[in-house]
Parts: sequence; C-alpha cells; structure tokens
Amino acid sequence: MIELKGICKTFKTAKRNAGFKEAAKALFKKEYSCIKALDHVSFSVSDGEMVGYIGPNGAGKSSTIKIMSGILVPDAGECVINGRIPWKDRINHVKEIGVVFGQRSQLWWDVPVVDSFELLKDIYKVSDQEFHKNKDVLTELLDLGEILRTPARLLSLGQRMRCEIAASLLHSPKILFLDEPTIGLDAVSKVAIRGFIKEMNKEKGTTVILTTHDMQDIEALTERILLIGKGRILLDGSLSELKKRNETYKKLTVDYAGKGVEPIPGLTIVNSVEGHAQMTVDTRILSVSSAISHISGQVDVTDLSVSGATAEEMVVALYKEFSI
Amino acid sequence: MKLYLKYAAILLKSQMQYKTSFFMTTLGQFLVSFTVFLGMYFMFDRFQAVEGFTFSEVLLCFSIILTSYSLAECFVRGFDTFSGIISNGEFDRIMVRPRNEILQVLASRIEFSRIGRLIQGIVVFIYAIPASGVIWTFDKILTVVLMVVGGFFVFSGLYIIYASLCFFTTEGLEFMNIFTDGGKEFGKYPFSIYGEEVLKFFTYVIPLALFQYYPFMYLIGRTDRITNMLLPILGMLFILPCHLFWRIGIRHYKSTGS
Repeated sequence: MIELKGICKTFKTAKRNAGFKEAAKALFKKEYSCIKALDHVSFSVSDGEMVGYIGPNGAGKSSTIKIMSGILVPDAGECVINGRIPWKDRINHVKEIGVVFGQRSQLWWDVPVVDSFELLKDIYKVSDQEFHKNKDVLTELLDLGEILRTPARLLSLGQRMRCEIAASLLHSPKILFLDEPTIGLDAVSKVAIRGFIKEMNKEKGTTVILTTHDMQDIEALTERILLIGKGRILLDGSLSELKKRNETYKKLTVDYAGKGVEPIPGLTIVNSVEGHAQMTVDTRILSVSSAISHISGQVDVTDLSVSGATAEEMVVALYKEFSI
Repeated sequence: MKLYLKYAAILLKSQMQYKTSFFMTTLGQFLVSFTVFLGMYFMFDRFQAVEGFTFSEVLLCFSIILTSYSLAECFVRGFDTFSGIISNGEFDRIMVRPRNEILQVLASRIEFSRIGRLIQGIVVFIYAIPASGVIWTFDKILTVVLMVVGGFFVFSGLYIIYASLCFFTTEGLEFMNIFTDGGKEFGKYPFSIYGEEVLKFFTYVIPLALFQYYPFMYLIGRTDRITNMLLPILGMLFILPCHLFWRIGIRHYKSTGS
C-alpha cells in the first residue's frame, strides 16, 4: 500500500546568464530561483496494482520516485509505504522495494554479472535457498543464461537492462519502481521486458510503478495511469477512460482509384496523395459507416482501415489540454 | 565487516582487470613519496637539524604521518571522491540499498594502488626505527600504534566533513585539501616548528597535532607525561562531530536529475 498526501518538494538552483563576465559576477553574487518540483502530490496505490506514471521531462516523475524510495526528503506532506515513512526508516523500507533507474546501472562495471548478483545477495541478506530460486527463475524468464558470466561493461543495452531488472528482483521485493526501463531499447528487448513485468505482476503480485515516455509500454502494461505536469497530478484514471475522452474522432486511411473525395461536414481530409488519403471523422457529427458509404459513393475503394487515437496522440492531446 | 570484505574482493577483481595500470599507479605512488623523502634528505644534509629535531627523528614523524595518511586514502577514498559519487547518481543507488550509507560509501572505492604509498611509509619507518635512537619499550610501541590509528581517524574525519559539504554545495571545496593533503605535507615535521599559532590551530581546531606533535614528543623522550601518549585517543573522538555533520548533510541530499 502506497499513500502520498500533499507531498511538496522545492529545489533551489543558481541561475546565471552565459558568458565569462556573468560567470565572474556569479562568483560574488548569486541569483537563486526556486523550482517547485512537486506541488501537493497525492495519490494512493494498492497492493498488486500496476500504475503508469507519465508526464513530460522535468514534470517531477523522478522526484516522486526518489521520495518513495527514500532517497529524497520532501519539504512537506506525508508518504507512507507499507506502514513506513521511507526517509525515516530507510533501511527497513528499501528491503521491500526494488528500483531500476533506466539510465544508470547498478551492476559492478568490470566484473561478470553473476558476481554482482552474489554481492547483492549479501547486501540484501537473501538466504541461499531464496537466492538460487529467484536467480533460476529470473534467468529463465529473462533468458540470461550465458550473459551472466559476461562483465557488465561488455553487455549490449538490452542485455544489460534485463540484468538490471533481474538484479532488482533478487530479494523478492513487494514493490518495484521502474524509472524508464525501456529507454533506448530495440523492439525485441522492449517486448521481452514488458512481457516479463506483466508476468511478475500477475504471478507474484508485485506492485509496479512505471515511469516512461513510451506509450506502448503504458498500453501494454498498465490499466491505470497517473499524469503529472509541473509538479501536480493532473489526471488519475484508467487508460480506457482516457480513451473514451478522446474517442470523439476516428482515423480513416483509404487507398482508392478515381478522382478524389469531397469533404462533407464531419469528414476532414488530412492529406491526400494520388490514390491515397488520410481522413478524420468526427463521430459526434458523422457516423463512421455513413462516412464510408459517402467515400465509396465517390471513388472506387481498394483498401480502407479505421483506427482510433493511439495512446501517443492521447497523451499529446492531454499535454495540450493542461498546457504543460 | 564481512560485507565490506566482499565489496573489497569485487573491487580488487575490477582493478585487476587493468593489471598494467594498477602496477604503474602503485609504482607511481611509491616514487612520488620517495621524492619527498629525498627532498628531506638533502635538506638535512645541509642543516643537520631543524628546531632541535634531528633527521632521523623527523623521518620517524614523517613515516608515521605518511602511514596513517595512506591508510586513510586507501580505505576512505570514497569520501574523498564523494562529489563524483553524487554527480554520477551512485549515491541514489546507495540510498536504495538496505545498508548503512557510510559503510557503502567506504566500500564503493578502495584504492589498492595507494599501497605503494603505504609501503613507502613502512620502508621509511623501518629505516628510521634504528636511526632514531628510541628505545623500543612497550609504551613506545603503543604510542606509535596510537599515533597511526589516531591519524587514520582524524584524516578520515576530515574526508567525511569534505564529503558532507558536497550535500550543500558542489563548488569551492578545494580549500579542504589544505587540511588533508596540507596536513600530510605540514605533518612531515613536528607542528611546533611552525610556531605557536599553527600548533594551537592544529590542536584545537583541526586536531592533527593530537596524534602527531604531542605523542611524538613522548616518543622521542622529550617529555615523560603519559597524557601526551594518550592524546591520539582524544583525537579519534574528532570523528564523532564529523559523523553528526554527515547525518545533517544527508537530510539535505538533493540528488541529480536524470
């Protein structure tokens, strides 16, 4: 159970303009500006839930994760995770969580991955039995096998990320924080990692909080999303709810032979090249079927597809809506 | 402690991945402090004595300082390079592991190549022992041990202060080197030769003299007071306010963006 109530965090940063003269001036007199990274953030996540935490860069995603994992102390507000306040009871708290920072490695760079695992076993005081069980399961699910005996610095990004995730699950944490776990990965690795996270959540009931910019991650994994912007939680709801909000139009892609389609109210032509056109249908004015019959009345349709808004587009629309 | 050894093993494995670099650095460390030794040798060749201290006495003082300093540098290196640990995000990782932060910082960097300097300290020490004319009774041996251990603690304390300052600012910390590197350089000679004020400063503000000048006077028989011998123990207590300062600093940790 994760509960955040009115969490605030402000960072003070020194500011100066570019140039040598300004740099010299900054030596003596500094101008500070306060940035509100988090502004009364409140939400709660129950056990076994999987939550996608999205928002543009600098919105406060990482700061929230850092507060929840006991790295940062907030200026105000309450945060209780499994009955503990992370920064007050840090050691007991972090025993039960796993954290993956997509951009930073937790493996020891120059030694084989399995050596890192052994050290983590001692750090987390995992029993031999549990360690071997977890290691075997993770090796199989994430297809680590040979990789384990390679030094971390020689791994490809995808291989390393699989090891990172395995490393943060060796102590069977109840909660897993994933900060951009699929950043920079190729399609195959992304799919493998998504599948694994889903499996973990289902089989072991691990609570997962995931930050990402990749909307496919969200689509594939989480039912619930939290949108943060400028330090505030702007939206807390399910992905399907969000979809409904944006279901006011559909996209039509048409291949045809003939002269071209005349637009009618509710049907807009986004672009059209010889024999190929993309259109949007505003479903409040025009139903999809009447739009199709209008088109087929005008041209000879060879191919046609209908699609709703992608998660990507929904998020862009959301960012616009909240102007963040 | 067991965990610390495991960390040490993994770091040794890593550093051994680059064998040539490791041995060259060790050798380099040895040579650097050897030139210092030569400098002292030639100076005393001219002047015979400084403020009443003979060459072999100063050598003894030098070797003790060098030994405790290189021990501190070898094992407390994590605090010396702490600004790096903060800026590359390693400290975030430390914070999400269920172990004491100080232990983890200590264990994150162990500079085995500093052994070169340690060997230097020990070599000079072995040379200075017979030359200094000290009669090695039990209390004198204890004094030396206390001096080295006391020195290790005080230097470590200074490193911890240095690291704690990184929580508040990341700039303008070079002045701390005056006390660590500078302490080692100054400490080649007993602090009294720099005059009364310097001695007072290094007694009451930065307690370097507590493990150097005072017990050293006892060691070479200039004083009989047993308190002089025990002063390094007082110096070790310096670590306590340093630790407190660290605890305050950690609450101000800001982390870095990612």
